[in-house]
Amino acid sequence: MSKRRSDWQNRPQERFVRWMREGYLALDEAIEDSVIQPGEAPPEVDPELAAQHQEAALQHRHDRDLALDRLAQYDLYAWTLTKGRRLIGRLHVLLSLLLGGMIIFFLLGTVAHMPRFGAADVPANNEVITRYIEQGLAETGATNMVAGMILDYRAFDTLGESTVLFIAACAVLILLRIDLDDKGQPTQQLIAEESDDRHYEPKNDRILQGTAILLTPILLLFGLYVILNGHLSPGGGFSGGAIVSSGLILYLNAFGFKKAGRFFSYKTFQLVSFGALGFYGVAKAYSFYCGANGLESHIPLGTPGAILSGGLIMPLNIAVGLVVACTMYIFYALFRKGGL
Amino acid sequence: MLQALYENIEQTVAVILFGIGFVILLLQRNLIRKIIGLNIMSTATYLFLASMGYIHGRKAPIVVDGVTQAIHYINPVPTGLVLTGIVVSVSFTGMMLALTVRLYRRYRTLDIDQIALMARQEEVE
Repeated sequence: MSKRRSDWQNRPQERFVRWMREGYLALDEAIEDSVIQPGEAPPEVDPELAAQHQEAALQHRHDRDLALDRLAQYDLYAWTLTKGRRLIGRLHVLLSLLLGGMIIFFLLGTVAHMPRFGAADVPANNEVITRYIEQGLAETGATNMVAGMILDYRAFDTLGESTVLFIAACAVLILLRIDLDDKGQPTQQLIAEESDDRHYEPKNDRILQGTAILLTPILLLFGLYVILNGHLSPGGGFSGGAIVSSGLILYLNAFGFKKAGRFFSYKTFQLVSFGALGFYGVAKAYSFYCGANGLESHIPLGTPGAILSGGLIMPLNIAVGLVVACTMYIFYALFRKGGL
Repeated sequence: MLQALYENIEQTVAVILFGIGFVILLLQRNLIRKIIGLNIMSTATYLFLASMGYIHGRKAPIVVDGVTQAIHYINPVPTGLVLTGIVVSVSFTGMMLALTVRLYRRYRTLDIDQIALMARQEEVE
């Protein structure tokens, strides 16, 4: 394929370009041909004048070529904006569908060769799982093995997760926060109306407020139950934190930012997030240090099934729940108004 | 092959959803729809992972009455992995939506082609 074609002048592109050029050149060349007929003796001319004319003709030809080049470029540009755009758009759709279809096809081929759904002898179900299940209750003290796994065996992973959430909240804060000046007016005029959280909504909706009064305590209570029971039943810090934050968001929607700001400000966010993540890091550092050096960690595991059991799992669940609730609430507040 | 696909119906659906999300990501020019496509892709991954952990006739891995034999419980590891995935997906969705809001405030459009065109013009000027 690397060999160069010998008839490159006859390639379709070259022929197309020549045809386009000849379309404009034909008239000029016809005139040139008609000036001096073949066989006729050339008229006597002053050589100096002839040289001048020659130069002028060359200059003219150069200018014309330049103009034609520009014209061709402009034609190409116009083509990309109209027909070419449609053509490339269709090609894009076709190739995308083809690529998606190929991905689905090859992955389906893989799925057809995977072990059957629900079979017990799959490779994923190996000795690690057996150990997690059989020793998990004795080693972590949590009846919920998933909680025992993610907050004890794989606790470092969960610390990373909480940090990812915290960093995402900080990034959204940087991107969406609208600064206020001394008088409480937003500094950027363009987004002034967006910072007014009641701009598009009726003020003090009675139905929403009644619902919020009824539901917010229940939601907060249920969220706390899910967090505190994370080591005993399905649930844990992530789901419980999401439920708590949904209660807070309902309250915020019903009563506005002024009332919600009494218990949740940037300072609360900083303190709670930093405190929870710091506590998580220190607690797990302690248990990793003890585990790695063969020391006895003085954290009682308690009787499995009791509320005060599972060693560090319940405090860690609370820390994770606080980070999740703060992050979700601040996501909502920033997207709604650009601040707290 | 069709028989095998039907027996693994959860994973088949997950793969098809993944492809749909990918095509949405490529074809849609609206940024919000692109984010929705990415979320469909991550949801398909969670479905796939969760279906990998299931074993017929076994229960969720929560110890009841002190039974700790491995043959009574399903695989708890994919559940934890799905949890990790959901958290990361929430984080990146929030981040991307914030970036989209900033882009909209600046260019007053969500069409990625128009935004690219305007950014190019700004660069030239």
